[in-house]
Amino acid sequence: MSDAQTQLEIDREKGNFRYDVDYEFDAGTGLTEKTIDYICDVKGEPDWIRAFRKDALAKFLAKPMPTNWASKDLENIVFDNIRYYLSQGQKPKRTWDEVPEEVKQTFERLGIPEQERKFLAGVEAQFDSEAAYSNIKDAVGKQGVIFLGSTEALKEHPEIFRKWFGKVIPTGDNKFSALNSAVFSGGSFIYVPPGVKVSHPLQAYFRINAESFGQFERTLIIADEGAEVTYMEGCTAPKFDTATLHSAVVELVALKGAKIQYITVQNWSNNVFNLVTKRGMAMEDAEVKWIDCNIGSRLTMKYPGVVMKGRRARGEVISIALAGDGQHQDTGAKMVHAADDTTSNIVSKSISVGTGRATYRGLVHVPKRLKGCKNNTECDALLINQSSRTDTYPAITVRGTGNACQHEASVSQVSAEQIFYMQQRGLTEGQAMSLSVNGFVNDLVRQFPMEYSVELKRLIDLEMEGSVG
Amino acid sequence: MKHLEILDLHAGIGDREILRGLTLDLPTGQVHAIMGPNGSGKSTLAKVIAGHPDYTVTSGDVRLDGESILGMEPDERARKGVFLAFQYPSEIPGVTIANFLRAALQARLPEGEELEAVDYYAKLYEKMDMLQIPRNFTSRAVNEGFSGGEKKRCEILQMAMLRPAFALLDETDSGLDIDALKIVSHGVNSLRGPDTGMLVITHYQRLLNHIVPDVVHVMVNGRIVESGTKELALKLESEGYDWANEPDAAEEGAAAR
Repeated sequence: MSDAQTQLEIDREKGNFRYDVDYEFDAGTGLTEKTIDYICDVKGEPDWIRAFRKDALAKFLAKPMPTNWASKDLENIVFDNIRYYLSQGQKPKRTWDEVPEEVKQTFERLGIPEQERKFLAGVEAQFDSEAAYSNIKDAVGKQGVIFLGSTEALKEHPEIFRKWFGKVIPTGDNKFSALNSAVFSGGSFIYVPPGVKVSHPLQAYFRINAESFGQFERTLIIADEGAEVTYMEGCTAPKFDTATLHSAVVELVALKGAKIQYITVQNWSNNVFNLVTKRGMAMEDAEVKWIDCNIGSRLTMKYPGVVMKGRRARGEVISIALAGDGQHQDTGAKMVHAADDTTSNIVSKSISVGTGRATYRGLVHVPKRLKGCKNNTECDALLINQSSRTDTYPAITVRGTGNACQHEASVSQVSAEQIFYMQQRGLTEGQAMSLSVNGFVNDLVRQFPMEYSVELKRLIDLEMEGSVG
Repeated sequence: MKHLEILDLHAGIGDREILRGLTLDLPTGQVHAIMGPNGSGKSTLAKVIAGHPDYTVTSGDVRLDGESILGMEPDERARKGVFLAFQYPSEIPGVTIANFLRAALQARLPEGEELEAVDYYAKLYEKMDMLQIPRNFTSRAVNEGFSGGEKKRCEILQMAMLRPAFALLDETDSGLDIDALKIVSHGVNSLRGPDTGMLVITHYQRLLNHIVPDVVHVMVNGRIVESGTKELALKLESEGYDWANEPDAAEEGAAAR
C-alpha cells in the first residue's frame, strides 16, 4: 500500500508543468471547413470521414449552446480563439525510447510508463491531438484484442470501426458531440473478440500541453459476445491563463453477455472546460459500468449513460465529483431502458468546497411497453463550507406496470462537532476534513482498482488541506 | 510527575458564564472525580480544557506542566496529552475505527515517520480484547450505528491506544448497564498508573464503586465547593446536593441585592 502510494503520487500540482514543443502540424485558430480539410489531409482520411466531419460542423454551428439548463459559463468559450489540431505526427510509437524526449518526459513525470510496467495490459498516451505512444502487451495482442489510437484504427480496421462509429452517440446528440464529430482526433479504439476476458486494465492517458487548445479525442470500445474488458483513463493539463477546451466522445458497445468497465480519474487544471459525452450500449445479458471521478476543471458537464437494448442488460454509473473553490461539476447519469428485465444503478457522491458547486443531473427512462425493469438511484452531497453549493435535478420517467424505481438523495455537512471530535484525537482541522471526505466516498472508492483508489485519496487530501484556513 | 492545573477559570458560551472561578490541580498518578448536579458546569469544564470552539474563556488559565494551553488548537492540546472521552461521541460516517485510530497515532509521529502496521494491529487487538470488543468492530465506521455502550467502549479503546497523560472522562457511565459499566471500568482501571492523571466526571456515585478515586470534588454553579476523599461521594449519594447548593444560592441572593 505505502509502496503504491509513493509510486503513484499524482497530485493537483503534479500536472502543472509544460515543455515547449515544436508542433509539425497545426491547424491554426478558429474552426471552418478549411480546418476540417486540413485535419483530413494531414491524417489521410477516407472521404466518408471528411463528409461525416463536415456534416457535423454544420450541426455544431446550427445548435444553440445548452446554457438554458446548465451554466452561463459556457458562453465564455471563444471558439474562434481555439486551436483545433496540434501534433508532431500521426503515428504513435510502440516503445517509449522512440517517443520524442519532451513528450516522454511529460509522461514519465506523470508516472505512466511505470504504471504500464506494474499493472496494465496496454497503454495509450495522447499528447494534445494525437497519441504519442500506444502499445499492448504481447499476450493480450495474441488473444486478438485490438488496442489502437482512433486515427490508426480508422485506417487499419475500417470494417469494425465504421460499423459502430457514431452509432451509440449520434453526431447531433448535443452541441459538443457535434463539435467532437467535426474535429475529433486521438482517443482509443478497442475491440475484444468473443469470449476473451482481458485480465488487466487497458489505460489511456490524455495530456493537454498547448495553450488555447482544444482536445477532442474519440473513443470507441467494442466487447464482442461474452468478452470482458476494463479501460481506465486519466487526464491532466498545466494551468494556463486562458481557457482550454476538452470535449470528448466515448462510445461503448457491449454485445451479448459482454462486460465493459470504464474508469475515469479526471484531474484537469481549473481552467479547462470539460464537456464530454459518454454513452454505452448494452445488448442481451451485457453489462456496462462507468466509474467516473471528476476532481479538476473549471466546468465539467458529463452524464455517462447506458442504453439497455437487450433483455437482462445492466447499466451502472458510479460517480464521485469534487467541486473545489470556483469550480462547477455538473455531472450525473443517463439510464435508458429499452428492453424487458433490464436493471440500472446510479450512485453519485459529490463534495462541494469553498465556492464550489456540484450538480447532479440524472435521467432514468423506462417506457410503458416494458416490464421487469429496475432502477436504483442514490445521490449524496456533502457541503464543506457555508459558500458551497449543491443542486439535484433528477428526471425519472417510469411508465407501465411491473417496473420499479427507487430514488434516494441526501445532503450532509461535516459538522463542527465532528471536526472537534477528530481534532481532540490529535488530527489537524485539515486532516480531520480529509478523513471525513474520504469516509464519505469510501464505499465507492473501494470499487476502484487499488492503484486508482490510492491516487484518488491523495487528490482528496490535497484538495481538503487547502480548504481550511 | 506532570500537572494539569486549572486556575480561577471563568468561561462560558456567549454572555452566559458557566465556570465561575474554578481551581483544581490534577497530578499524574491520581484519579480525581468531579460530582455535581445537572447544569453545574461539569461537561463545560471538560470541553473548555479540550478547547471546544463554542466556549470562551474570560479569565483564569489552564496549564499543562506550567505551560498555558488556552492559546492552542484542540489538536495541539490532544497531541500534548489531553484526552476527552466524550459524553456524546460524534459519528464519522465511512471512517473505520482502525483507520481513525491509525490516523490519530500517525499524527503524533514526527514528520516522515510511518506507523508500523503490524505493531499497530497487535496493540489494537490487545486493547480490544481487554475491553471485550469483537474483532469485526475495527471495520465499522466510528460510532455509526453504535449502541450507547459500544460508543463508551470505543472511547475507552481510543484512550487505551493513545495513552494520554491526562484523561477527562465525561459521564462515561451514562447509558451503560451494569455489565458494560464493569467492562468499561476495568478498562479505565487498567490504564491507571504513575504516568496518567484522570478526571472522572459523573452525576452518580455508582461509577466510583468501580473506578475508585483518590480525590472527590463537588462542583456547584461553576466552581468546586468541597473536596475530599472517596467518602465524600458516599455522603452525596445519601444526602444529595442540596446541602452544597445552599450557601451558593444565598451568595447569589446577596449579589442580587
